[in-house]
Amino acid sequence: MADLSAVRAESLVKNFGDFRAVDGIDLHVRQGEIFGVLGPNGAGKTTTLRMLATLLPIDGGHAEIFGVDVRREPHRIRQLVGVTGQYASVDEDLTARENLWLFARLQGLPSGRAKSIAGDLLDRFGLQEAADRPLSQFSGGMRRRLDLASSLITRPPLIFLDEPTTGLDPRTRGQMWDTIRELVMDGSTILLTTQYLDEADQLADRIAVIDRGRKVAEDTPDALKTQVGESTLQLRLSEGADTALAVDVVRRLLGEEPVLTPESGRMNIPLPDPNRAADVLIGLREAGLGISSVSVAKPTLDEVFFALTGHGADDESQMEAAR
Amino acid sequence: MTTTTSAATAGPVAPDRRGVDPAAVVARTTSHPSLRDTCVQTLAMAWRALKKMRRKPEQFFDVLIQPLLFTAMFAFIFGGAISGSVSNYLPVLIPGILAQTALTVCMATGVQLREDMDKGVFDRFKSLPIARFAPLAGPMIADLIRYGIASVLTLLTGLLIGYRPGGGVFGCAAGVALTVISGWSLAWIFTWLGTLARSAQSVQGISMMIMFPLTFLSNAFVPAETLPDWLEAFVKVNPVSHVVSAVRDLLNDGAVTAEVGWAVVGCAVVVVIFAPLAVRSYSRKM
Repeated sequence: MADLSAVRAESLVKNFGDFRAVDGIDLHVRQGEIFGVLGPNGAGKTTTLRMLATLLPIDGGHAEIFGVDVRREPHRIRQLVGVTGQYASVDEDLTARENLWLFARLQGLPSGRAKSIAGDLLDRFGLQEAADRPLSQFSGGMRRRLDLASSLITRPPLIFLDEPTTGLDPRTRGQMWDTIRELVMDGSTILLTTQYLDEADQLADRIAVIDRGRKVAEDTPDALKTQVGESTLQLRLSEGADTALAVDVVRRLLGEEPVLTPESGRMNIPLPDPNRAADVLIGLREAGLGISSVSVAKPTLDEVFFALTGHGADDESQMEAAR
Repeated sequence: MTTTTSAATAGPVAPDRRGVDPAAVVARTTSHPSLRDTCVQTLAMAWRALKKMRRKPEQFFDVLIQPLLFTAMFAFIFGGAISGSVSNYLPVLIPGILAQTALTVCMATGVQLREDMDKGVFDRFKSLPIARFAPLAGPMIADLIRYGIASVLTLLTGLLIGYRPGGGVFGCAAGVALTVISGWSLAWIFTWLGTLARSAQSVQGISMMIMFPLTFLSNAFVPAETLPDWLEAFVKVNPVSHVVSAVRDLLNDGAVTAEVGWAVVGCAVVVVIFAPLAVRSYSRKM
């Protein structure tokens, strides 16, 4: 096959009544990469993924997975894609082992082979000890791992991960990241959605930023971060310090416009180069301005959003709530 | 020397070699599930339903209590009024109760399917390359056990309070078999409702509205001749009446009459109409 793309979607559209959840999104995922879809709640990430996974009908546009038409050949698509949802799609009334066995049987593996694959996956995902316990005793992280294991039974060439770490504690999140990286080593292609810039940054080769059903940017994580400034210097001036003077100092030293929160005396300064944080601090001391606290922060999703769309990510969650 | 070099290069290459080859996977895909796949998948789903039954025995409440309660209650309350005595009424009543119990179990099929479909695991079933028929038909196969238990219990309760079926062992076995077949066939109607409705409660509500007229506006508990003409006309076309008459012929006379034929044809028609409707509405729901 000459076409090296795993997913090729053009002007995808999804309407829920009057609400256009996905409004002409193009995605092009290359084979063997991790492609991240980044956006706040309600931006249309999950809807896009569900359309590509044949879980929702496509209202407009065209999508192909490894050259197979998603709308025309849903049964083929289901053989190519493993889906791990935002909420673990496993059977609460069965044990972990029974879940894996059932999914393997449903995909045509003979009973004995289904059993051995279930055992292998339980080992690999560290669920061997809990294998025969009811799922009601599973933690969120264990459920996610079982869910991911369930998607890997037939080793699909393309794996969809819908917010794989939302709601997980930092340690479990790290484990999940490692597992995802291993999958790519195996030759799988991964399309993942996330609300966390950090996660997309850690995992993805390329990122599409989605906002209100549209794609607002697509690039490598580094390129995206450069667009918003590498990081931010957050300062709190001490009581009674001259804010205007501080702004002048920053402008003179960095040529950047600080963002002020006057009531708390806080100042966020975009830092093209973290090394220049010291220049600012020295400059402020020379001007006789006191600082009560200081920190350097990486850009947040909110800032990426603000830079790309001119409004914050929070507006989006409000829209979601209104819907 | 050569071994070390090959070992060194094998490192990064190895995952690729045993890794997934999309082109090969695409070439292996099929555009539709085969008949054999569909059967295996349906049986796997039946296995799941059986596991659930074993873990939640309270599901069996309706099939255990209803036959005992209704058979005894109806026999002693209506027996004298309708047929002169309890023992005269039992040959009329038992087939009626069998049909009513089967319909109750059908209703539970629809409600449980709806409940099940709201769970996360159905997302996975939909995303897997399985026949859309399997998740619907699997639980219905497991439900055959419920119909079986309900029918046998009803019959046993009847025997206990003095019912002596003239059809003998053959008649009883055939009567129970016909009840199970009818129940399974009619369950497709409720399965279809289950795929349409928004919630399990609404399935329950709609099903009740269908089930009560179907059982009570039939010859299940009273002879149709005693009813006003307009009602008798409805009772005569009600498929439940045909099932009840057929089961009566089998239980009381051991006779395979035309009614039995009509009941089987009626059930087949229901399946032919409602099974495709259910599968279609289920696949649309995605």
